[in-house]
Amino acid sequence: MSERLAPTTTPDTKFFWDALKDGKLLIQRCKGCQTLRHPPRPMCPRCNALTWDTIEASGKGEVYSFVLPRHPRWPWFDETYVVALVQLEEGVRIVSNLNDVDAADVTIGMPVEAYVEHFDNVSLPQFRPRRNA
Amino acid sequence: MSRSLAGKAAIAGIGQTEFSKASGRSELQLACESIKSALDDAGLAPRDVDGMVTFTMDSSEECEVARNLGIPALRYFSRTTYGGGGSCAVVMHAAMAVATGAADVVVCWRAFNERSGMRFGGAAMQGASMLPPFLDMYGPYGLLTPASWVAMQARRYMHEYGATNEHFGRIAVVDRKHAANNPGAWFYQRPITLEDHQSSRWIVEPVLRLLDCCQESDGGVAVVVTTPERARDLKQKPAVIRAAAQGAYDDGEMCTSYYRDDVAGLPEMAVVGNKLWKDSGLKPSDIQTAFLYDHFTPFVLVQLEELGFCKRGEAKDFATVERLSIGGELPINTSGGLLGEAYIHGMNGLTECVRQIRGTSVNQVPGVEHALVTAGTGCPTSGLILGSS
Repeated sequence: MSERLAPTTTPDTKFFWDALKDGKLLIQRCKGCQTLRHPPRPMCPRCNALTWDTIEASGKGEVYSFVLPRHPRWPWFDETYVVALVQLEEGVRIVSNLNDVDAADVTIGMPVEAYVEHFDNVSLPQFRPRRNA
Repeated sequence: MSRSLAGKAAIAGIGQTEFSKASGRSELQLACESIKSALDDAGLAPRDVDGMVTFTMDSSEECEVARNLGIPALRYFSRTTYGGGGSCAVVMHAAMAVATGAADVVVCWRAFNERSGMRFGGAAMQGASMLPPFLDMYGPYGLLTPASWVAMQARRYMHEYGATNEHFGRIAVVDRKHAANNPGAWFYQRPITLEDHQSSRWIVEPVLRLLDCCQESDGGVAVVVTTPERARDLKQKPAVIRAAAQGAYDDGEMCTSYYRDDVAGLPEMAVVGNKLWKDSGLKPSDIQTAFLYDHFTPFVLVQLEELGFCKRGEAKDFATVERLSIGGELPINTSGGLLGEAYIHGMNGLTECVRQIRGTSVNQVPGVEHALVTAGTGCPTSGLILGSS
């Protein structure tokens, strides 16, 4: 087991982090106009409704952008790790890690799928190349 | 009465400390030294000052600066947000104060020990267990530094337009070429080649190498803003504000605007540019030299596009060393920029453009009538056009 830097949960983001503890990746949905949004925030920018619910993401997405941070080195990561901006099939994007792949094989547009990893101090969405893509 | 700042304020004085990696004194002292230097340059005294603008990130309190300099009464003081994104906004705020009569003489400064003291770049996270809220969606995944935030956006730009890290390297070569001729620059007499750039180590692969990233510096820079009428009676040739603007754009974040339909651009800078061209009545071909904020080289290319110097996606061909160097069509960052001279959060690029208007740069461009200055990008930003009249 290992740790990651943990988020400071706010009233606006608590649902997102809590659901990950239960293994679910949620996307916020406006109750006024049904628009999905991520990262979580209190007001819908389209209709200004303050009421919202959530849907569970399918976890399917594509790499929209990615980088390999090399410096500085951090205690929480291996020498090579991939940070990806993933476009989920529901239409929102999320930053996460892309694992189980050689960094040299990562491409923009690559199909990926989400899973939840339970670190010692926090549960986080993670991605890997999509099987049966 | 025209509703713009064009011609209603001027920069009458500039000042700075030396730029170093360890100043050996407090940030407050650096602030006071740089402001005094700017007032001396203008031919004004601390008692003439009645306004102040600095960055929200600056550690020096207005009242502490005033009591050190001996400024008796302040009528206007404000701060600008988003770090280096406010490096032109400080002048805009000062110009608005002067134009409306809220104050007559406003000093703007930025002073820090960014290298020897509190460093940016995530160093503070080394012993941390919890993230500040703005990093909640990034820090757990190891996106912890400004370089990495910018690189994620720049990687998409590379994908969409075919730009490579070697294209970015030309900006580093230009900056270091100009710094090499500037005795005040950290990298004085130390130019680099594109080969040097290409062999420097990755900071964020495959976007940023070491030589794509600005320095970390200790130092202070200040400017004095007053009315053009008063400035004309002072010691220096005034650099007149022809336009000043701040810019933020839909669905943006501080440095992680990853959620828009288009992630490859810097729409904040388009907001700034559109306002600058409209208020000044100028166009890109009217600009003789520019400081384009160069914390990380890729966004210099994107700025060239957003400001209309070239079309979208064409900066990789437009941004040649020849075109952007002294003697070229659009010399940029003539003091060496944040890569070559020092990283004083953009304020040293502003003062260099004032020197270009005065005709006193060590890398003087002939016949400068208009100079363009931009502030930190990837975040909400700002910009200025300075004129010789």
